[in-house]
Amino acid sequence: MTLELSLNQQPAHARQGSSIGQPLTRRDGFLKVTGAARYAADNHPPGMLHAVLAVSSITRGRVASLDIEAAKAHAGVVEVMTPRNRPALAADPDAKDHPFMFRLDLLQNDQVRYPNQTIAVVIAETLEAATEGAALLSPRYEALPARVGLDDAESFVPRGVGVGGPAVQHKGDIEAGLKSARTRIEATYETPAQYHNAMEPHAIVAAWDGDRLSIDTPSQGLAMAQGRIAGLFGIAPQNIHIRSPFLGGGFGSKGMISGPQVLGILAARLVGRPVKLVLRREQMYGPVGHRAPTRQTLRMGMDGEGRLTAIHHHAKTASSTFDDFFEPAADASHTLYASPAITTSHEAVRLDTGTPLFMRAPGEATGSIALESAIDEAAHACGMDPLEFRLRNHAEVEPMTGKPFSSKALRECYSQAAKAFGWASRPLQPRLMRDADGFLTGWGMGTATFPAIMFQAEARAVLKADGSGLMETGAQDMGQGAWTAFAQIAADGLGLDIEQVDFRAGSSDLPNAGIAGGSGHTATAGMAIHNAGAAVIARLADLATGNEASPLFGAGNEGVLARGGRLYRRDDESRSESYAEILARAGLTEIEGHGKGAPDPASQETYAKHAHGAVFAEVKVDPDFGQIRVTRLVGAFAAGRVINPRLVRSQYYGGMIWGVSFALHEEAITDRRSGRIQNANLAEYHVPVNADVPSVEALLVHEDDPYVNALGIKGVGEIGITGTAGAVANAVWHATGVRPRRFPIRIEDLLV
Amino acid sequence: MTKTTIPIHLDINGQHHELQLEPRVTLLDALRDRLAPTGTKKGCDHGQCGACTVHVDGERVLACLTLAAQAQGRAITTIEGLAREGELHPVQAAFLEQDAFQCGYCTSGQIMSAVACIREGHAGSDDEIREYMAGNLCRCGAYPHIVAAVRQAALEVAS
Repeated sequence: MTLELSLNQQPAHARQGSSIGQPLTRRDGFLKVTGAARYAADNHPPGMLHAVLAVSSITRGRVASLDIEAAKAHAGVVEVMTPRNRPALAADPDAKDHPFMFRLDLLQNDQVRYPNQTIAVVIAETLEAATEGAALLSPRYEALPARVGLDDAESFVPRGVGVGGPAVQHKGDIEAGLKSARTRIEATYETPAQYHNAMEPHAIVAAWDGDRLSIDTPSQGLAMAQGRIAGLFGIAPQNIHIRSPFLGGGFGSKGMISGPQVLGILAARLVGRPVKLVLRREQMYGPVGHRAPTRQTLRMGMDGEGRLTAIHHHAKTASSTFDDFFEPAADASHTLYASPAITTSHEAVRLDTGTPLFMRAPGEATGSIALESAIDEAAHACGMDPLEFRLRNHAEVEPMTGKPFSSKALRECYSQAAKAFGWASRPLQPRLMRDADGFLTGWGMGTATFPAIMFQAEARAVLKADGSGLMETGAQDMGQGAWTAFAQIAADGLGLDIEQVDFRAGSSDLPNAGIAGGSGHTATAGMAIHNAGAAVIARLADLATGNEASPLFGAGNEGVLARGGRLYRRDDESRSESYAEILARAGLTEIEGHGKGAPDPASQETYAKHAHGAVFAEVKVDPDFGQIRVTRLVGAFAAGRVINPRLVRSQYYGGMIWGVSFALHEEAITDRRSGRIQNANLAEYHVPVNADVPSVEALLVHEDDPYVNALGIKGVGEIGITGTAGAVANAVWHATGVRPRRFPIRIEDLLV
Repeated sequence: MTKTTIPIHLDINGQHHELQLEPRVTLLDALRDRLAPTGTKKGCDHGQCGACTVHVDGERVLACLTLAAQAQGRAITTIEGLAREGELHPVQAAFLEQDAFQCGYCTSGQIMSAVACIREGHAGSDDEIREYMAGNLCRCGAYPHIVAAVRQAALEVAS
């Protein structure tokens, strides 16, 4: 079964030549503006029940009692799932077979290890009955003291950070570098816990049919989710069908299947009927990951000409008490600025929280705001303009490894963004600019960077007798534009107009498209699509060039090119033949080809691969009240080939707005006595609203990269946060003369 | 506790619906779970995000903070009721053209708010649009394009 999506209702824009590079509107846009796009929680299979989680109101301890009878007595309640009656699993949810398998809370016992952990699931005929039933459980607890702050537990050096990188890395002699410096700075910055808060709460509609499982749930990685569920339930992955055509945002929180999603499957198992389970907003502050808090100390030394002699970036962070994810914040200093000595190091504590996970630019975002702030402090200490200082320390090779960059148009980013912003007229000293209303005005900048990562993906291409094409890969669209960008790559790969291509994605019964994460989905699944297209065109060319009746006979596979549904001889384009004619002569109704996308190991070994950018920010600060407004943002980004500039600009804007949010808005606040998050809702956990967002400009800087992959794609989903957050912080300093050292920047920090 | 239901008549997008509901059912859950036009979305269920914005007698309201019973006898318009005979409403067309959404989950609410914002006369400048669209959160950060779309649609509606 494949998804029946009608994605061709909106005419594509006029264009010349290839689909790649065209600013097409979203192919799923018509569905999204009419309310017809079906998200997981929009599904209602016949006989469906509603499940609601009851979650822990303590931080650590055990559940002593639950009033199950009261809940079951409520009209409409069908069942209450607790550790006593939860269906058996084939695998321990606390088992960890590999580093990317995260422990889940699936009612395996009565222990509570973080607030908002599930302690029971109430299943009822209606959502209202299930909600009331959960409230009637009236849990009693045996509570233990909560450990909530970076100083509340013993610190240690983690075995690995991020995706398993070393916690400590050295290049050169850091102490010698600091000693030889003419100027030194040392500064400590704190970043808070942050929660993804995708607009769509995690949701699942699960239906069992014997040992076959049908699921609607948002997933950034369908095959990984399928494998995880298969392992937990002891069934074959192919018996599980997951549909995820649209994610209402992910940002990393839907990368791995979460505990609540699996509980929805267990609930359906328990009652023998389809079940829908949707997290309430406040329940998203615990079991679905977050960005861990950090405290980062940077020490830098500079010689008499403002060249860095040493960078020491140390980060303290936190994981949960029961699993390992360590925000690799200090690693941000590996790639940006040249220095003969660089040390990055991490330490961590274990706190009574849900396990932190990947959140948009994990490590890069947290590390960048500290590094870019410190670079700004270093520039000021040297009496240099921050842009001049960054250019003085521009890395010609990747600083930590010495590898050449596969491409790096950072200088062009600096110059284009600085010009568009008007940076040249910036006074060096802070607190010198005021606007007509008397507001303190400041300009700051930051460098943006994000690695060009690829995972593994597969795609299947088919050419049909009527000359049209089909491209299938289980890609995930969480808003980045997969439905559109991949259809564009598919059209070019198949040598067809985009209207002639049926592109299918978002379902686990399609070829594995890998994960929509790490800004690597377009490159990875895009290359699989590109290669599948090439494979099927090669088969078609064989059919034509090997047949005496074809005008292409004897041209050889390399001697033809595919365009607009026809194969042409390269050396004589007057000789051509349509796909339909070639297939008809061969007596075939269709032919297919398969392709893979993966990083090239040889070029991985040789080159450092990163996208780059430069962001300039203007802020205005009320001199009396300290209120901060960002009034202008200009970014320029170079990230290889742009598949669709309309969508890419949206990704940059979104990232830059996350950068503003990092600097000024978002923070989960934990009550030190109870360990509970006090602002677990969208009113008090501040994310930017429309009125918080200024004029934003994103310039797309041309960059050819022959080494990242054949299509030259890097990635654009996360880089916008980096650079921006620091640029805003540096602009606040420039406006006020007060250096922000903790984030988000608070009014009280400026009123000193 | 026994389950008490009451008859509730809802007029949605010009269609009359007779339902038997518990009094505690919100307009949002009545729409999504009982009537199945699921374009109206639930983001927070607390009136904090705007994803569930619909029109009641032409005014924007949060369906999660409105009981279905309160909407009886009033004209309810949801995202499904904006397009006429397959023609997108100018605000829908402008959102598509300006790429004023990414994941699309807040989009129904943004568009319903935008239609009302223009009708209220609050789309006179970019700053005014930002202020009067501030009740609809977009975590993807499509705000600059939302402002552009509302500006474009306001001009089209006026002409």
